[in-house]
Amino acid sequence: MRTATLTDTTLTAPALPEIRAFIVENFLLGKDSGFDNSESLLESGIIDSTGIMHVVAFLEERFGIAVDDDDMIADNLESVDRIAAFVGRKQELRNAA
Amino acid sequence: MAKTDMAKADLAKTGAAKKTGKGKKDILTMAHLVHQFLTDTARRDPDRTALIAGDARRSFAELDRESDAVACALQSAGIARGDRVAVMLENSIEYVAGLFATLKAGGVFVPVNPSTKADKLTYLLADAGVRVLIAPAALARQVLPALEAVETPPAVLWVGAGLPTGAAGLLPGLRYADAVAGQHRQPVDPGLIDQDLAAIMYTSGTTGRPKGVMLTHANYVNTSWAISTYLENTPDDVVMCVLPLTFGYGLSQVMTGVRVGFTLVLERSFAFPMETLKRMVQHRVTGLPGVPTVFSTLLGLDAAKTADLDCLRYLTNAAAPLPAAHLRRLRERFPQAVFHSMYGMTECCTRISTLSPAELDAKPASVGRAIPNCEAFVADEEGNRLPPGQVGELVVRGANVMRGYWNRPEETARRLRRGPQGETLLFTGDLFTQDAEGHLYFVSRKDDVFKCRGEKVSPREVENALYELDGVLEACVIGVPDDADGLAVKAFLVPRDGASLSEAAIRQHCRGRLESHLVPKFIEFRDSLPKTDSGKIRRAELVEETATAPSPSLPRSQRTYGPPAASAQSGALCESFAGEGARPAAASVPSPA
Repeated sequence: MRTATLTDTTLTAPALPEIRAFIVENFLLGKDSGFDNSESLLESGIIDSTGIMHVVAFLEERFGIAVDDDDMIADNLESVDRIAAFVGRKQELRNAA
Repeated sequence: MAKTDMAKADLAKTGAAKKTGKGKKDILTMAHLVHQFLTDTARRDPDRTALIAGDARRSFAELDRESDAVACALQSAGIARGDRVAVMLENSIEYVAGLFATLKAGGVFVPVNPSTKADKLTYLLADAGVRVLIAPAALARQVLPALEAVETPPAVLWVGAGLPTGAAGLLPGLRYADAVAGQHRQPVDPGLIDQDLAAIMYTSGTTGRPKGVMLTHANYVNTSWAISTYLENTPDDVVMCVLPLTFGYGLSQVMTGVRVGFTLVLERSFAFPMETLKRMVQHRVTGLPGVPTVFSTLLGLDAAKTADLDCLRYLTNAAAPLPAAHLRRLRERFPQAVFHSMYGMTECCTRISTLSPAELDAKPASVGRAIPNCEAFVADEEGNRLPPGQVGELVVRGANVMRGYWNRPEETARRLRRGPQGETLLFTGDLFTQDAEGHLYFVSRKDDVFKCRGEKVSPREVENALYELDGVLEACVIGVPDDADGLAVKAFLVPRDGASLSEAAIRQHCRGRLESHLVPKFIEFRDSLPKTDSGKIRRAELVEETATAPSPSLPRSQRTYGPPAASAQSGALCESFAGEGARPAAASVPSPA
């Protein structure tokens, strides 16, 4: 599991490449299979329900967001694209507060 | 009341049969094969919803027709009586249609967990001699390497259109969508009898290589009757299935569902519990089969406190005992629902015993008595019955006992023995005691296998993966008590001189090689491990050590969805399972599938 190196929580740079890198590193033994960012991570067997929890823990740690019960839905976490969009929304909300 | 409903349903059926003058024929064709339940229910109650999976639905008539179509495709691909068909799908309509298609074609159903990695898939395909594999196109990356590695690769029936980018060219094989398109055709009757195999279910053993448990149509016909009887299922039930259908306990929901003719709501997983909860409310779910992880997650959701689940009339728990505190909270939260504490194993069509809800208060630590048409008793090494209170191996006789392990006569002989009446006795490998009234109490496993999140863990299988790392000199894997997992996987490792091993690298390696429940949650580095005089690692010593040590703190990244006050519950766990005089580590694992 990768540890958060720099936790610049005000960071708004696109999270997508980092999220993808985390998934490749942790669930594909570091070998990028070329999966699509819009592909369902669950359906393609890349991660399972326990894996989702690892991803959520990573998001909270790396991007300084809080993932609530209500956030734990497929719309937010199904694919790399959706995760990145979700992180973006969460960061905006936090920065607006 | 439920029984009366059943009787009414039976009456209605007989009445209908008389009206159409088919009474005699119905008696002659009394269902004795699993797929006949589907066909019978489709005839009796064609429009009732059989399955709901996300936005998709199938009535019994539609499911019957869809599985006919897939059965025809399987027969065209050469499937005949006794041929193995593997289904590697998540919980879905296609999974259930694939199951009944296999049986209608005369084949033997082999469920494969879709998170199975290529290596293990290769092994399963070869071991079972699979002739056709039904798999999602989205899993092509795991499936194609396995097809290349296996000597006689199966034909593949691909489900879903979405070809993953990177899977070059067209996939070889057939398409599920093509199979179900076009005019309705019925498969050729393969002429099965109830002694034919219905399924081979793979289960972990001590050797680290899973063994295939052979179950016949007769096993399922009898066991689905027993289960639906004690749960008092009626066609008006709506059962929520978050359990994987590749798991015996999940599959049994399908079997009882088509038999009774109730509606089954299939969840792909329990990854998004809030969505599952919403669907439980939406579909007015009456039954929730679960394992402790499911219930602890449910209790941890704030929304579950206010959700309208008044229709819920029963909960069942199996695979591992529910911590006493969780049971209490569940009963407070769902006072209208009865709670069935069950025990079983794959080798017994997943069900051996159940505790009557009426006895839950008097005997909360018991897994109850044998299910209908099954007998379970505690015996010594020779198989002699032991008096109440004595610890011995649980022995089972009945219509639920497996045929044996696929292609493993020696392992079969170790488990199945002849009884005094010439019947088959199953020696479960689980140590139990029985009280004077016949109630069963789990003590421990005879071997090292334990349950994590309700799924069997073979320490050897995990150790084999760990030894693949160059830096690992010695490895020993045990189960340690854990609120969320029942027993969590813990690895003790001795690194090679000069090797640098990081927890991260070890977990990453394991995630690539093993299903997620097998990946060590805890890793501890040691300079050496306790050994016997002959140099064997003393696993029992490590188990005892961790049973007395305080629970390790959870790294944040290992957080599991569960009730917020996790640490407060570890006391309850110990209280409920250590009180029996058994070692807590072993006692918190009642086995079943």
